[in-house]
Amino acid sequence: MDHTTENMIENTEKILEVENLTAVYNTDAGVVHAVNGVSFSINKKETIGLVGETGAGKTTTALAIMQLLPERTGEVKSGSIRYRGDELLTKNKAEMRLIRGACISMIFQDPMTALNPLMTVGEQIYESLAIHNSNKTQKELEPRVDELLELVGIPARRKINYPHEFSGGMKQRIVIAIALACEPLLLIADEPTTALDVTIQAQVLNLMDELKQKLSTSMIMITHDLGVVAQTCDKVAVMYAGEIVEYGMLEEIFDPKRPHHPYTIGLFNAIPSLTGESRRLKPIDGLMPDPANLPEGCRFHPRCQECMERCKSGEIYQYENGTHKIKCNLMRKGENDGRAD
Amino acid sequence: MAELIKTVDLKKYFKLSKTEYLHAVDGVNLSIEKGRTLGVVGESGCGKSTLGRTMIGLNNATSGEIWFEGEDLLKLSASRRKAYRSKMQIIFQDPYSSLDPRMSVFQLIAEPLISNKVHKSKGELVDHVSYLMEKVGLDQRFINAYPHEMDGGRRQRVGIARALALNPEFIVCDEPVSALDVSIQAQIINLLMDMQEEMGLTYMFITHDLSVVRHMSDEIMVMYLGQCVEKAPAAELFRNPLHPYTKALLAAIPQPVIGEKMNKEIIRGEVSDPINPAPGCRFASRCKHCCPQCTQADVPLKKVENAHEVACVLYK
Repeated sequence: MDHTTENMIENTEKILEVENLTAVYNTDAGVVHAVNGVSFSINKKETIGLVGETGAGKTTTALAIMQLLPERTGEVKSGSIRYRGDELLTKNKAEMRLIRGACISMIFQDPMTALNPLMTVGEQIYESLAIHNSNKTQKELEPRVDELLELVGIPARRKINYPHEFSGGMKQRIVIAIALACEPLLLIADEPTTALDVTIQAQVLNLMDELKQKLSTSMIMITHDLGVVAQTCDKVAVMYAGEIVEYGMLEEIFDPKRPHHPYTIGLFNAIPSLTGESRRLKPIDGLMPDPANLPEGCRFHPRCQECMERCKSGEIYQYENGTHKIKCNLMRKGENDGRAD
Repeated sequence: MAELIKTVDLKKYFKLSKTEYLHAVDGVNLSIEKGRTLGVVGESGCGKSTLGRTMIGLNNATSGEIWFEGEDLLKLSASRRKAYRSKMQIIFQDPYSSLDPRMSVFQLIAEPLISNKVHKSKGELVDHVSYLMEKVGLDQRFINAYPHEMDGGRRQRVGIARALALNPEFIVCDEPVSALDVSIQAQIINLLMDMQEEMGLTYMFITHDLSVVRHMSDEIMVMYLGQCVEKAPAAELFRNPLHPYTKALLAAIPQPVIGEKMNKEIIRGEVSDPINPAPGCRFASRCKHCCPQCTQADVPLKKVENAHEVACVLYK
């Protein structure tokens, strides 16, 4: 740790604590267990990466924090979500509306659909400012709209344009400008660069990093790209079938010498390397389980090469070494090498 | 080894109005040897998919030549050209929209066999379909399933089985894994490579994912706004990228390694319009090495080293 003591105290203020969050979708086909007992916390200025494949429950976790789960089907079953010590789950709609946008805001995956095609981008940025600054007039807020556009690298004169007049990268910048309009303390970015080309992705990630420093925002970065995680995050939570299977500081997750969850190892092995020479990839066999019908015991056991009898039912061992946590029976014996047999 | 397919100055323009043409593919020369893979990389809108589609005849070329097994396909009559169609196939990007949702797996895989009248009896057809399913690793229980009942990886396997049905020699893989999760992506990449080894297939692998292309290809071609800016053997291109655009593209990939923070030299701006482009290097407006020479005349592809070609005035 190379922070100064002063920095340490300031940075340990907990912005968000999620504890044992369980969320389900009640559908005609049965109850879909999207998030099953997820816990993590974010300190000030910290970025946590939620990593996993489609259906791992990353987006549902984000929507549960924002309380934007679909009203008829989505439901938070249990757990607690505290924003600076304040429980969010007991808040009513009006109270949540004051928090959303002003304290916690979200960048959605697809900039092509996140913007309203019938409003100019200036109006859309103004809209979120106006909701949280009802005491100010449009004239007072207009300079802030210009300032926000310039902040994300778009000339202010373009505020009179509609979304279709911008390219994908510029649209995502506008979505970021809207999310940052009220200087929230926490930003949830749901796959912010998945729909963009690599060079544009690099521009957007750079911009987010700069803004994070400037505004001291904390961030939840949802992604399936381990490269993006390595570039942007401080902490990482690897999710599988609605659970966090491995959690730790970035250095701990990316250190090959430490023990890891077999799923994390599988994820790393599945990416073709830019430098290595291996000719054949090592994919994880099988598929993500159906969240309406999750396996007993460890959710990963049907796909796990190291699966043991005791993984198929009952509680799974929780390994803890400082900040590094792994949910896997392999960690039960031999804390150092992580191998059971 | 002998080359299987070659293009000479291939162009595909889309007419937008009386005076406006979109130059999707603008003078591409390439050749692929039998049993090898050419990777085509570039950002969205650079014309890589149009190039692939034009090569197998899904788009009509504006001008140029496509040589396949010693014949210029563009000069053949429609009926003679049809004979070559079954030898060239394509695997599409999105297995969610490239399969007819109202056809079962059996119907989907049998379709190319039926329309080419490969089999005389239903029994033979059923056998062939199950053989193909086994080959691409699809369980027989899916034979009557519909696309919506399967996940992306299995759907893409159906797409591959369709492409393999007529024993093609050349397959254009148009971003076959970009809609899939990483663990599934690795399964499909392995399958494609196994098929190539087993059947001696020749691939043109189109993608924007540089790590996938490095893994799959023997040679890589980098495209920018309809033109090839650099072409080199895969390992060479990653070891020694020459064109400023290739360098920027490689620098922009986030590496799953900590400590190696992203290169701060990020290229500014975005891909410009391919409509009636001005002469000269198309990357000039974003390039930090841009000089007057770049915008005066078109910059041709030049050989710098063995098999390493680049279109840039910095290299003479």
